[in-house]
Amino acid sequence: MNVLARSQAPAPDTDTGVLLSARGLTKVYDTGEVKVQALRGVDLDVHRGELLVMLGASGSGKSTLLNILGGLDRPTEGDVQFEGKSLTRRSDAGLTRYRRNHVGFIFQFYNLVPSLTARENVALVTEIARDPIPPEEALDMVGLAARLDHFPAELSGGEQQRVAVARAIAKRPALLFCDEPTGALDSKTGIQVLEALDHVNRELGATTVVITHNVGIAEMSDRIIRLSDGLIVDIDEVGRAKKPSELSW
Amino acid sequence: MVSWISALDRKLLRDLFHMRGQGLAVGAIVACGVAIMVMALGAISSLELSRDTYYDRYRFADVFSNAKRAPERLATEIADIEGVRTVETRISRMVTLDIEGMREPANAQLVSLPENGEPRLNGVLLYSGRFPDPSRPDEAVVSKAFVDAHGFTLGSNVRAIINGRARDLEIVGIGDSPEHVYMLGPSGLLPDEKRFAVFWLSRRALEAAFDLDGAFNNVSVSLSPGANPQGVIDGLDGLLEPYGTGGAYGAEDQLSNAFIESEMQQLAAIAAIIPPIFLVVSALLINAILARLIATERQQIGLLKAFGFDQREIAWHYVKMALGMVLGGILVGFVLGAALARLMTNLYTNSFRFPDMIFRLDPSAFVIGGGSAAIAAIIGAIASARSAANLAPAEAMSPAPPTVYSKGALQRAFARIHFDEPTRMILRHVTRWPIRAAVTVVGVAAAQALLVGTLFAFDAIDEMLEQHFDRTDAYDAAINFVEPMNYSAVREIERLPGVLSVQPNRDVSIRIRHGQLDERVWLVGVDPTGRQRRLLDDNQRFMDMPEHGLALSSQLASMVVAGVGDRVTLEVLEGERPVLDAPVTAIVNEAMGWPAFMDVDALGDLLGESDVVSGVYAMIDPDKEAEFSEAVLARPGIASVALQRASIESFNESMEENINIMMTIYALIGGAIAAAVVYNAARIGLTERGRELASLRVLGFTEGEVSYILIGELGLLVFLALPLGGLLGMGLAYLVASSMATELFRIPVTIDPSTHGMAAAIVVVSSIAAALFVRQRVKTLDLIAVLKTRE
Ligand SMILES: Nc1ncnc2c1ncn2[C@@H]1O[C@H](COP(=O)(O)OP(=O)(O)O)[C@@H](O)[C@H]1O
Ligand SMILES: [Mg+2]
Repeated sequence: MNVLARSQAPAPDTDTGVLLSARGLTKVYDTGEVKVQALRGVDLDVHRGELLVMLGASGSGKSTLLNILGGLDRPTEGDVQFEGKSLTRRSDAGLTRYRRNHVGFIFQFYNLVPSLTARENVALVTEIARDPIPPEEALDMVGLAARLDHFPAELSGGEQQRVAVARAIAKRPALLFCDEPTGALDSKTGIQVLEALDHVNRELGATTVVITHNVGIAEMSDRIIRLSDGLIVDIDEVGRAKKPSELSW
Repeated sequence: MVSWISALDRKLLRDLFHMRGQGLAVGAIVACGVAIMVMALGAISSLELSRDTYYDRYRFADVFSNAKRAPERLATEIADIEGVRTVETRISRMVTLDIEGMREPANAQLVSLPENGEPRLNGVLLYSGRFPDPSRPDEAVVSKAFVDAHGFTLGSNVRAIINGRARDLEIVGIGDSPEHVYMLGPSGLLPDEKRFAVFWLSRRALEAAFDLDGAFNNVSVSLSPGANPQGVIDGLDGLLEPYGTGGAYGAEDQLSNAFIESEMQQLAAIAAIIPPIFLVVSALLINAILARLIATERQQIGLLKAFGFDQREIAWHYVKMALGMVLGGILVGFVLGAALARLMTNLYTNSFRFPDMIFRLDPSAFVIGGGSAAIAAIIGAIASARSAANLAPAEAMSPAPPTVYSKGALQRAFARIHFDEPTRMILRHVTRWPIRAAVTVVGVAAAQALLVGTLFAFDAIDEMLEQHFDRTDAYDAAINFVEPMNYSAVREIERLPGVLSVQPNRDVSIRIRHGQLDERVWLVGVDPTGRQRRLLDDNQRFMDMPEHGLALSSQLASMVVAGVGDRVTLEVLEGERPVLDAPVTAIVNEAMGWPAFMDVDALGDLLGESDVVSGVYAMIDPDKEAEFSEAVLARPGIASVALQRASIESFNESMEENINIMMTIYALIGGAIAAAVVYNAARIGLTERGRELASLRVLGFTEGEVSYILIGELGLLVFLALPLGGLLGMGLAYLVASSMATELFRIPVTIDPSTHGMAAAIVVVSSIAAALFVRQRVKTLDLIAVLKTRE
């Protein structure tokens, strides 16, 4: 799959095949004393190349769903298929391969390795990837070409999150999962991060799923889904109304 | 930038650098363990090579025997024994020396040399001079240590009392022989360079002096490859029986060789017992350090997993970290061990007379030392590496919940007592992390145990000396006759100047058999009324020799696996050579050697003699020692005279340096372990509780109060560790004593209270030093930074 081909000839309509599909997902967390039902039967198709935003109140199950789609966790019931093949029936090693070869993550708290520079944090991932973008280039894409050799402690929060974006996209993932990527940032730096995300989504064609609390962010997406109490209550086709810089917080 | 080293390995290196203090602590412990292993193995291989080279070049014999007087023609018959390759007959006798300026007599073994000076077996290495001219009976080659100790040179004269006649022997050569690497004199305790020498004279001179024309009294043979030594021993015994042999024996019973073997055995025991203690402590520390590190790096691990690093890669990352921590220690251990092996080998030149002490470090010493340290590191890392590898990525990404504290058993037990808040924090922390607290306690206890288990050796030496010189062998002088004498000889000794009292002594060479096992030993006749040579029971109390039967030294009892009530067979190896069955009626405690004892009258009956003595023990007036020496030397028929005072002095002299060196090494090593363990615990506590402590500082607690929380906990743990360490140390002492015991020495397990005290003092001082070092860091706690960082 040549993902860069799309950046030369953007043709969204031909690319709406289903990349990831979830059916009947439930998730019960059993903490011993109490059982928490985090998902109660979720059906969802994620289309190739789209930018999907998940909204929902805190505790509604967004992270749980994202983790299951990203192969970080398994559902209690239900099935997830990636390119038509079941993920849930895979072994741990199989899930690891899925993440290693196809998935990039961005988390709220950046999760950079503090003892590695920006470049090295990206290299950490590109070294185990099959056809990566060189770390320098990936950092350039998020506007950090001048910060290659800085350690996380020497970077601002927004810069750290942009390193995390570069790290996530440098392996040319088919799927990019972002869990509240701007949650710890102020609006200005948040917009910079979203611009970076938007940019790589278009440039690399990575199918992107973003969790956010911020309704405004949703306006830059192709589709918006809303979760409430472990169920998808609404799917909204928007179709990239705004650029990140036009968003209001 | 060329990335010749992966990003993950860079993280590894930076983490290691960041933890360098703890890495150094672990490294120091590993270095000690590896160094001791390399030292012991290196000393073994050096001793072995030096010995083998010497034996080979100077044709050390395989089987030895003696006789009163055997005709020379027997040599051809001996050569015909199946398995014998070379035969060398000799004349060998103990004589006394009268040395100018020395109050007490010295002893020499006279050994004959063939006409050309080159014996076929047990060759003499000539450092300088020449072999004696057969036509000049008073020329001698003399052993080097003795020549050096007295400052003699070629041409010096030494007066020997040969067959009751004083003769001045001229030193024409200075030499040594593989038979006398460990030169034990008749006092049989330690090499005494001043008081024991070997003199090689021409065969003709000794034939004339001892009236042994055409005869020999000593023979050694070498074996053809693959020959059975026992067959040769039996053959020799058969041929020499009519000529009064004391029985043939193999190289393993040759005294000097047995001492070398025993030293190598002890080194092997050190290598097997001591380094594992270090490696266990290092594994425990690595375990604690990594457990803490993984808690800190939870989210990084989750991230690595999210990005598709698999379990193996993550586990390997932490195993590599452990290996990284020990690698430096291993290398330092190699260097240190090589240096210590060299030092040890040099110390051996004091006690073992090799012409060249060859230093060789076998590569296997490094492989074994480094390999076992690496394995310990992996074992220490495995639990943490596994838990890191199994961390569920989704869970790792969410911040760890606050530590759950509860009122543990310890606190409930102390519920009535009112503790201040900081003390309560200490107790809660200890009970919250009981395993980590246990690691610290065990680590410090190991340091204490190691100190007790090594320093006790000096108590043991004192105990052995005290037991030997003050209790079992409480005489001042032991006089041995050339041949058994009539009782009147005792009376004559008693009349010598300075003699306060005497105790006659009869001992005889025997072979003792029990089942399949047999040993050649001395059977010592004990006079139940005597006060100079006595027996001790298991509890170090004097005991009476049973009227009947045999008392075995406990070493001998274990060698032939006999206990009280068993019957053993005695073959007397002189005179009429009677054979007798006798019950074992007692087991006695001897510090050195492995003799058997019998009531002196019963022994007389066994030998069919009465009032025959082979020597005399005597108490001497210290002010009249010189007159006594002079008088005793003038008497005929005396093979050797040993003065205990001189033995003790020479022992102390030659041991003092070694003891001081070893004590210092043990103390440093034990202190290093304690310091490393405490330092580590303090650092872990500081990373874990940095936020908490900084918060307290923000709330207005003083530096001292905050330090108390950190250091008070360590104090509590060290306090708990000391008694445990004392107990473990006693166990270790038993283990060391039992595995270092050889046929030549049995090490008593006596631990002086001062040794426990010294060990505890070293541990406490090292712990305080380490804690103070970490306390410096409390001062530099960056309050704002600590509170800002997200745990
Ligand atoms: N590891 C877990 N153990 C127990 N309960 C959990 C765990 N993770 C999430 N939950 C619970 O599941 C529900 C959904 O959580 P989550 O998916 O994190 O929601 P969101 O991301 O929408 O805030 C919540 O009630 C949360 O408390
Ligand atoms: Mg969430």
